[in-house]
Amino acid sequence: MEKIPILRMGPFLLVTIQVDLYDRLAENLESDLVQMVSKTGAQGVLIDISAVSIIDSFMGRIIGNIASMSKIMDAETVVVGMQPAVAITLIELGLPLKGVHCALNVERGMELLRSRIALTDGTPDDDADTE
Amino acid sequence: MTMLTLNKDTMAVVKEQDVVPLRNRVKEYATKIGMGLVNQTKLITAASELVRNMLKYAKGGKVFIEVVSKGRENGIRLVFEDKGPGISDVALAMKDGYSTGKSLGLGLPGARRLVSEFDIQSTPGKGTTVTVIKWKNG
Amino acid sequence: MKNESIKILQKRKKAILELWMKNQLAEEGLRDDLMNNEDLRVQSEELLDALLNNLSDDTVGDAESSQFDTVTDILAGISVSRARQGFSPRETGVYVFSLKDALLETLQQEIKDPVILYAQSLKISKLIDSFGIVTFETFIKGREEVILRQTDEIAEISTPVIRVWDGILALPIIGTLDSSRTQIVMENLLQEIVESGSSIAILDISGVPAVDSLVAQHLIKTVSATRLMGAECIISGIRPEIAQTVVHLGIDLSQIITKASLASALRTAYTMLQLEVVKKRRFEKENA
Repeated sequence: MEKIPILRMGPFLLVTIQVDLYDRLAENLESDLVQMVSKTGAQGVLIDISAVSIIDSFMGRIIGNIASMSKIMDAETVVVGMQPAVAITLIELGLPLKGVHCALNVERGMELLRSRIALTDGTPDDDADTE
Repeated sequence: MTMLTLNKDTMAVVKEQDVVPLRNRVKEYATKIGMGLVNQTKLITAASELVRNMLKYAKGGKVFIEVVSKGRENGIRLVFEDKGPGISDVALAMKDGYSTGKSLGLGLPGARRLVSEFDIQSTPGKGTTVTVIKWKNG
Repeated sequence: MKNESIKILQKRKKAILELWMKNQLAEEGLRDDLMNNEDLRVQSEELLDALLNNLSDDTVGDAESSQFDTVTDILAGISVSRARQGFSPRETGVYVFSLKDALLETLQQEIKDPVILYAQSLKISKLIDSFGIVTFETFIKGREEVILRQTDEIAEISTPVIRVWDGILALPIIGTLDSSRTQIVMENLLQEIVESGSSIAILDISGVPAVDSLVAQHLIKTVSATRLMGAECIISGIRPEIAQTVVHLGIDLSQIITKASLASALRTAYTMLQLEVVKKRRFEKENA
């Protein structure tokens, strides 16, 4: 069975969605990801959707769910690389993905995650010091 | 002004895995008439919402894809026809946030916002037909 | 009998053309500045040929008959080209209607029986009137095409996206913000965000005459779409009148960063990017 791979990168989990998701696949991703967050104690989840050409309300809900579930497990979610046409469509559809943070690309997403984790922990960000 | 149908296609949708091929077929037609990427995305997203509704409430149905033209405008017309339980209160179903299932309730009203023309006919016990048109530049 | 009048017209083509040209040249509004008489004659002869060659008992009462396709094509060509050349619709109309005069005059010379003359004149008259309508329709269509093209051009040039700084885009909006305009603004802005990798966009609405709830909704949509891309959007150029109407209409802009001027929006953007604009030291020393 097809599966979306979840990569571990230090304190973060990275998911790159390369195919158009059908429902079962999306639902599996949701549960896999939450499992992984719990197992690895990840502090952040990056979802790269730069290859996704369609997000309908179902997919939008899955993304929102992942963000909310991760949040209560103390991990931040950042969605990166949304295509302009997808963003415009989501807004018109009435789905602004409230509570989900977005970034332009994976690199910016990482920065955002680091700054948010530093913010919630109240501890100084190690990476920021070395920069 | 009269509307002409230039090209017609039918697809049956009975399971979840039929959704992606349907989207691709709609995309094919939209690309053929030179529809821009944003309008294509809106149309395909609307189709996705409607077909999802059809699967969920009526266990599938038929989708007609047509290229239509009115005056100088070309567009795509999609007809979603099912023989499901129907909707007893169409006006209520068209409201944002209303859902009998556990979805966000954006399906019908959201789809309407994404297309140029939207029509819904439903008879309880007989089925529902949703017709949408997206003009190339609309 | 009927056949006769058509035959008469076909036989006397040359005379009709002369008559028609005379009518046209006598017309006060003749635009010899836009088209010389030689061209006018060629054009007129072509049209007359097409008309008379396809005129028959069957077609005389039906201007939409497929046999007249060449006639309508020529007429359409004439009115579209005339619209572009700057002829007024009246001038184009007079052109077609002066043909009617020539045709009727010819019939009058040939047919002596007033009853037949009347019946035949009426038919020809109706036919030419229908062609007159065709010219008007195509004339207006020609104009509409010009307008549509200009609308596209305006939409294209009126929404420039400017890279004001590394990572900061500015988009001055001038004119009314309707839904189709918002679409273009959004598309251009989001595309440019991707291309330039910018994280801040400034939407300047100083040039927007009025903000009502619909315009505000369009602005909010644009801001939300920008955020989905992972960039922040600042709206600048809020004039006092705009602030007043926004509050009076009960529009909630609290989720959006708004600034009075582009300058203060830019300052906010610098702060967000942790940039600082300072005067050069050397300059300071010289002044000290």
